[in-house]
Amino acid sequence: MITELGHFSLILALGLSVCLAVIPAMGVIRGNTLWMKSAGSLSAGLFAFIFLSFCCLADAFLADDFSVAYVARNSNTALPLQYKISAIWGAHEGSFLLWTLIMAGWTLAVATFSRGLTLDMRARVLSILGAITIGFLLFILLTSNPFDRNLPVFPSEGSDLNPLLQDFGLIVHPPMLYMGYVGFAVPFAFAIATLTTGQLDTAWARWSRPWTNVAWACLTIGITLGSWWAYYELGWGGWWFWDAVENASFMPWLIGTALIHSLAATEKRGVFKSWTVLLAIFAFSFSLLGAFLVRSGVLTSVHSFAVDPERGMFILAFLILVIGSSLTLYAIKASTIRSEIGFTWLSREALLLTNNLFLVVAAGAVLLGTIYPLIYEAATGGDKISVGPPYFNKVFVPLMVLLFIAMAFSTGSRWKTTPFDRLIKRQLVPLIVSLVIIGVIVLVAAPIFEPVVWLIGSLAFWIFVNLLMDIAEKVSNKANKILSLFKQSASYYGMLMGHLGIVVAIFGVVVTVYFSEEKDVRMEPGGSLELAGYEFRLNKMSKVQGPNYVADQGEVEVILDGVTVTKLYPEKRLYQASGNVMTEADMDAKIFRDLYVALGEPVGSGAWAVRVHYKPFVRWIWFGGLLVALGGLITLLDKRYRIAKKRRADSAVQTSSVEAAPTGVGAVS
Amino acid sequence: MKFGKMKTQRRNRLVMLAFIVIGAGVSVSLALNALNENINLFYEPEQIVRGEAPVGQLIRAGGMVKADSISRSTTDLKVTFVATDMRGSEITMQYEGVLPDLFREGQGVIAKGRLNEQGLFVAEEVLAKHDENYMPPEIADTLAKAHKEGEMGESSVDKDVVDTLEEGATTL
Repeated sequence: MITELGHFSLILALGLSVCLAVIPAMGVIRGNTLWMKSAGSLSAGLFAFIFLSFCCLADAFLADDFSVAYVARNSNTALPLQYKISAIWGAHEGSFLLWTLIMAGWTLAVATFSRGLTLDMRARVLSILGAITIGFLLFILLTSNPFDRNLPVFPSEGSDLNPLLQDFGLIVHPPMLYMGYVGFAVPFAFAIATLTTGQLDTAWARWSRPWTNVAWACLTIGITLGSWWAYYELGWGGWWFWDAVENASFMPWLIGTALIHSLAATEKRGVFKSWTVLLAIFAFSFSLLGAFLVRSGVLTSVHSFAVDPERGMFILAFLILVIGSSLTLYAIKASTIRSEIGFTWLSREALLLTNNLFLVVAAGAVLLGTIYPLIYEAATGGDKISVGPPYFNKVFVPLMVLLFIAMAFSTGSRWKTTPFDRLIKRQLVPLIVSLVIIGVIVLVAAPIFEPVVWLIGSLAFWIFVNLLMDIAEKVSNKANKILSLFKQSASYYGMLMGHLGIVVAIFGVVVTVYFSEEKDVRMEPGGSLELAGYEFRLNKMSKVQGPNYVADQGEVEVILDGVTVTKLYPEKRLYQASGNVMTEADMDAKIFRDLYVALGEPVGSGAWAVRVHYKPFVRWIWFGGLLVALGGLITLLDKRYRIAKKRRADSAVQTSSVEAAPTGVGAVS
Repeated sequence: MKFGKMKTQRRNRLVMLAFIVIGAGVSVSLALNALNENINLFYEPEQIVRGEAPVGQLIRAGGMVKADSISRSTTDLKVTFVATDMRGSEITMQYEGVLPDLFREGQGVIAKGRLNEQGLFVAEEVLAKHDENYMPPEIADTLAKAHKEGEMGESSVDKDVVDTLEEGATTL
């Protein structure tokens, strides 16, 4: 019964999303205040029904209702409770329901926190979000219904959740990632709404900025978590594979990063207006493209969602509809957009433009590498290729180096124009200082002197020095230096935090890439191996019983200079319900290095294949990613958005009775 | 001086346009160049048996891991196995290292590596998958061909096996 209720409320939600797409929009056209105002309650209703539907699916999982096909495929009575909950989004159908729920959540959030918008604008934005939701709900109901039943005959036991997904990482990774993907629908809706009014002033940039920053921060966290999860769960010790699905999440991130910078320039200086609109359209389009690549199965990927050509076709059609209609609208309206404000080539605007250029080109290069196998197959009539990490590294890394150089210059730059001395000349000392400091550190601490590590490390340190110089300058002519340190705007702290995160991540990446050590060996209990100065000794193998698996567990003692550093317990698990075998690596994580042990397979006569990694600075990559995301979230505290919101909210209350007036007709029904 | 301002703006735009065109041109050509050096063609067992695959070049190959074909060294992590297309073409693959969890007999496998003079495929990487039901499109295609031939009665392939595998490839 509850399952049918879930299905039914999804259908009701579809009806509401159609209402949300149509009624407020009609209100805008007809100047009907009541219709425009309905957007708020329609958004609330839409969220309520999708949430109800989500709860019904949750109930099916908790009640082990294996008559529901999706539950039978992805759960099991022995599955621990927290994984029964995360199994809701453990496969295609449920994860898309979560996606749609998050979409409705964003819509409701816009309805709730954007009371300060003009009624007209709010109605337009919410209508567009409603229209997008129609597409998502139709997709679920037509191709991916999680409530399909296995009737009349259904299994008495479920076939279990994929063991790789029975992990904390899966509980948090997809929701954060979807928050980011779907969150880009909000700046998209703002951009389209503004295009339809034809009045592209800077107000829309101020409205979209906080939303874009949150969505982007969520995507950053999602990608970071994904990288961390792949590292400890897949048992290969890698943190980025340039896999098609990783690229699918990385492309919207690159475009989103360009967007948040471009929005800043648009809001503060009124420049790049039409470019920013285009980026907003592309950020969301890339999110949809990502969904298409992941869920259509057109590409060979380690991520493999269930494959169904019908689903792929649906998303492709939706993608073409969204991109086609928004670009057509853009083409019609963009010519009327004028950015009158000038700037020189030695200015913050120019540097932000450089940033945008590199990021967009990088996204384009990643896109090319990701879909090239499809192009190649179509062009050659069936020849299949894959594009390996060497391509991506070769194209992506130089672009990032250029980007980071621009980043170092940008910190001290000024809007409109910056004196040559200030922008270029004074960088000489910091650059030399960075080269010397990092040079000495690499000479002393690293096993061998790697020029690349020295140069990239210096580049990162140089950015860091620029951040410090900028803070020092901000407080230098203030009476109370300590106090003024705390009196900067939240946007400024956010920027510092975000850029600091990048610095930390660069160190992490370059050191991990160049100084990691790895060995795959055959090991018998009592055997040992040496790696990076550590001795790894396999003391014994034993059998362990888990809640829904049995495991062979190794005890690996790690010894440095005769002292035991730690004992690691890597496992090879056999999940009984599905018969799946899975590697559960164990690691000793410290700030400056990870020691990582994974069991391969038994290779006869009591011996095991064992993989051992020494990964210096690997934690810095994810710590940097989290700092970057934190930077995005901090900007939300900026008074600019709060005061503006409050002021407009006040005026909205006062003028609510005449709100329809600006639209010209003022017909109150 | 309105005219002068227009002129500067127009010149600025022109410079910007030139930058974008040159930048885009250079990056596209660099990217295409990098692509051509770093693509790995996929070869089916049949193509390799026929000698169509280049020797010594990094390629990808795959098939189903043949039953009872996995043999391990007793001293190190060397392992050899046979990948078959279920139509009689087989390639022997060698790999040294830890195999992915889902590597087993009867599973589809894709490896990246080089073919040596003796026709042995020396793998540098064996593709791991997250999901046991997932079938890489390359393998699915190969099997689909086997299935077709099976239907036409030209092959001795066990049709049930192919049917099951195909189901895995398309519906799950």
